[in-house]
Amino acid sequence: MKEKNPGTEENKGSSRRTFFKQSSAIAALALTPVSIVKASEKGLDEKIASAFEKMPLRVEINSKAYSLEVEPRVTLLDLLREQLHLTGTKKGCDHGQCGACTVHVDGRRVNSCLTLAVTTEGKKVITIEGLAKGEELHPVQQAFIQFDGFQCGYCTPGQIMSAVCCIREGHANDPDQVREFMSGNICRCGAYSNIVDAVMHAKKGGQQI
Amino acid sequence: MGQFFEDPLDRVDGRLKVTGAARYFAEYDLPDMTFAVMATSAITRGKILTIDTKSAERAPGVLDVLTYLNMPSIPGWQSDPSKPAPQAALGGERYRVLGSDQILFNGQPIALVVADSLERAQYAASLIKATYQKASFETDLEKNKDKGQTVRGPRGADYNRGDANAYKTAAVQLEQEYTIPIETHNPMELHGIIASWKGNDSITVYAKTQGVKSTQQSLMNAFKLDQKNVQVFSEFVGGGFGMALRTWPQEILVAAAAKKIGRPVKLVMSRDQMFTMVGYRPFSIQQIKLGSTKEGQLTGLVHEALSQTSSYEDFAEGTVNMSKFMYACDNVATKYRIVPLDIGVPIWMRGPGEATGAFALETAMDEMAYKLNMDPIALRLKNYTETDPERNRPYSSKYVKEAYQLGAEKIGWFKRNPAPRSMKDGEWLVGYGMSSGVFNASRGEANCRAVVKDDGTLLLQSAASDIGPGTGTAMVQIAHEVLGYPVDKISFELGNSTFPPAPSQGGSTTTSTVGSAVHIACSSLKNKIVNLLLEKGGSDYAGKTAADFTFSDGNVRAGNVSVSIASLLKQQNLPALEVTENSKAGPDQQKYSMYSFSIHFAEVRVHPKTGVVRVKRVVTVADSGKIISPKTAASQMIGGVTGGIGMALMEESVIDHRYGRFINNNFADYHVPVSADIPHIDTIFIDKPDPVINPMGAKGMGEIALIGFAAAVGNAVYHATGKRIRELPITPDKLIE
Repeated sequence: MKEKNPGTEENKGSSRRTFFKQSSAIAALALTPVSIVKASEKGLDEKIASAFEKMPLRVEINSKAYSLEVEPRVTLLDLLREQLHLTGTKKGCDHGQCGACTVHVDGRRVNSCLTLAVTTEGKKVITIEGLAKGEELHPVQQAFIQFDGFQCGYCTPGQIMSAVCCIREGHANDPDQVREFMSGNICRCGAYSNIVDAVMHAKKGGQQI
Repeated sequence: MGQFFEDPLDRVDGRLKVTGAARYFAEYDLPDMTFAVMATSAITRGKILTIDTKSAERAPGVLDVLTYLNMPSIPGWQSDPSKPAPQAALGGERYRVLGSDQILFNGQPIALVVADSLERAQYAASLIKATYQKASFETDLEKNKDKGQTVRGPRGADYNRGDANAYKTAAVQLEQEYTIPIETHNPMELHGIIASWKGNDSITVYAKTQGVKSTQQSLMNAFKLDQKNVQVFSEFVGGGFGMALRTWPQEILVAAAAKKIGRPVKLVMSRDQMFTMVGYRPFSIQQIKLGSTKEGQLTGLVHEALSQTSSYEDFAEGTVNMSKFMYACDNVATKYRIVPLDIGVPIWMRGPGEATGAFALETAMDEMAYKLNMDPIALRLKNYTETDPERNRPYSSKYVKEAYQLGAEKIGWFKRNPAPRSMKDGEWLVGYGMSSGVFNASRGEANCRAVVKDDGTLLLQSAASDIGPGTGTAMVQIAHEVLGYPVDKISFELGNSTFPPAPSQGGSTTTSTVGSAVHIACSSLKNKIVNLLLEKGGSDYAGKTAADFTFSDGNVRAGNVSVSIASLLKQQNLPALEVTENSKAGPDQQKYSMYSFSIHFAEVRVHPKTGVVRVKRVVTVADSGKIISPKTAASQMIGGVTGGIGMALMEESVIDHRYGRFINNNFADYHVPVSADIPHIDTIFIDKPDPVINPMGAKGMGEIALIGFAAAVGNAVYHATGKRIRELPITPDKLIE
């Protein structure tokens, strides 16, 4: 992936790749973080940092193949929001405590804020943007509208992604079970009782979830 | 006009919200965007001795590091930062972000790093090192009870009706103290702002705000800009609950940084910063003193509240208000005091001070009922008043007796055994509790632009906000009722400072205030259409008067002649008809006291061995006038109940007073209700229009949904266990045997 803001000259993707290929001696340095720090202090910082900070990442997001270069410290959440502009996935705490960032990775619900983007290499990620089939909403999305399972809407993508897996996991057999298995997703507006109704409705609706 | 507000409408922005297409402030992508991260103070009070930003400045991608040493001057901040902060109770904001070396609270920003990526900004901010000279500080209200100060102005004045000491000679007396800890709003969306300048005199921001006009004004003041050069966008707001009712200093800081570096800057705060920099419900200690006859007639009521503010700015709210007018009592006295502490300034949190006060008063009423061996509803009915005893005037509408009845029936109130600790379900103790909530209903001034177009659509615009209640949905309902357009042909646009002015969303006023503007604008369009037909409609309309016209489904009918408004415009070669109308309350409103009321019922289970409290069932009844949008109104109520359960059972921001730092500043340790904590909630609306407040008859609802609810839970816990917990939250340790 290209730098969004190629503002500083040393920081362009092409030169970085060339630099990386040609410079095996410096590549060895990558194994020695202290050296990197020292090099950085001597002013080589930007080039070296750029060279070693990025890793290739091939990942499928919402059925689209991406070939990216990302820093290992970038979370899946920040990759989605800040680099790919898939902003349907929300940041609520950045600590895996609120569930607003819930996405599906290979069919499992995960907190994307606790998932380093590079760990999704070769995996399939589905976000809220990839849930509907074109204009046709997913049954859980439809149920959230019907039962007013939200207010401000900020936790909603995470709630819906979580609810879809909750049903698929077989954890939506009765309202109390839904309450338990949806308790990783905080809704501060307090739409829970409507969310439970929406999930139960979607589950009972008999449509493919 | 068809059935008046009878059809439940799905949220008009529902599709955007369930598909992830709704854009919140941080989700606008501007060219050359940069990312800001704040470094914050590690001490609570004192001054910065040194601040080392060299490593941060040299870190990859860093564009600028701002500290008090190089902070650009803000033209609107004229106060001299070298002067000490003034004493509290003088009013006025004196804390200037990065304004000096002074540290006034823990977590105060000491530097702002701007970099070309979020990760780079985060890393660089971690490299900032400061040394401090520490000063002594106070963060504990309970240790500073004697430092209460009177709030300046009429709202802070002590209130006296009759004899303040009357309770002391009453046949039955009660004196108790109630404590509520700091609670933090914690909307799911993190606070922040995107600021982008064009030249030196024009700024656009994407903000998380409950009022775009208020944010616009703050930026105009800070940077001395013309209104036309300040644009504020805030279409979707991920919850506010009061914390976005002001422009916080760090928003001005981001705007200053954007101006300095000449690129857009985005700040998204971290969750822990949400505890220190964007307000909270202040810690409060309240005394209620009640006197009653043996028959339950209140003869004296004293309500005294002590609350916290910051060392640098006053914050006051209506904590003691309810005691002045809720019950018929000849002798009432209230006092409200604030104590300045070395913590950031509080701000109204849903239900605001009234929710704080209602916990105390409504718990005390329950205690008095048990002392008198009376049913808690009977005690309230005994002291029921049809006129406002504070202002000596009638309520514009009050259906509280009906609300007691409906709620009691629904929850099975009269089937319970009222004796404490008398009911069981297996090994769980069962308890029922009830309480009341009340909040001022009002209608402010707002403006609305309304446009009917020749494509059959109706567009409404107002610089209102929607932090979640469903403002757009209610406005579309109102327009639909007035102008008869199908709801899917109506759009209501908000969250844009260039639209006709409207006030901030707070204090349960939006439906009444902005709704009235929508009502008036649509009525005005109606007149325009009628006049157009009367003047240019030809012989079909000869001899007709305005009263002969009816509007439905986008058509206007007079007698047997019906025409669609869209085709009328086409016939007349008019692409659109447009009005912009101003709306405000009339003088009639001064003759009445206007309030919304809520009556809450809770059924709880308490486990006697573990002290666990589970709320099993809830019935909440709202007397908030005519319900405009039944679906979103019900959601408001269940949301308030959920907030009330949090307030009652779990919410508490804990400060380690040795260090002055919050120790549970995250969602793992600051407990808010999750799905497993919330039962099914029955909402009941009286749904009778208020004849005075506005053309719709709608009072407000956002605050009353929460106000008083914590008392219903506490009262139910008492009924279940025989233990009265007067210190929120009611955690298991307080109940364990």
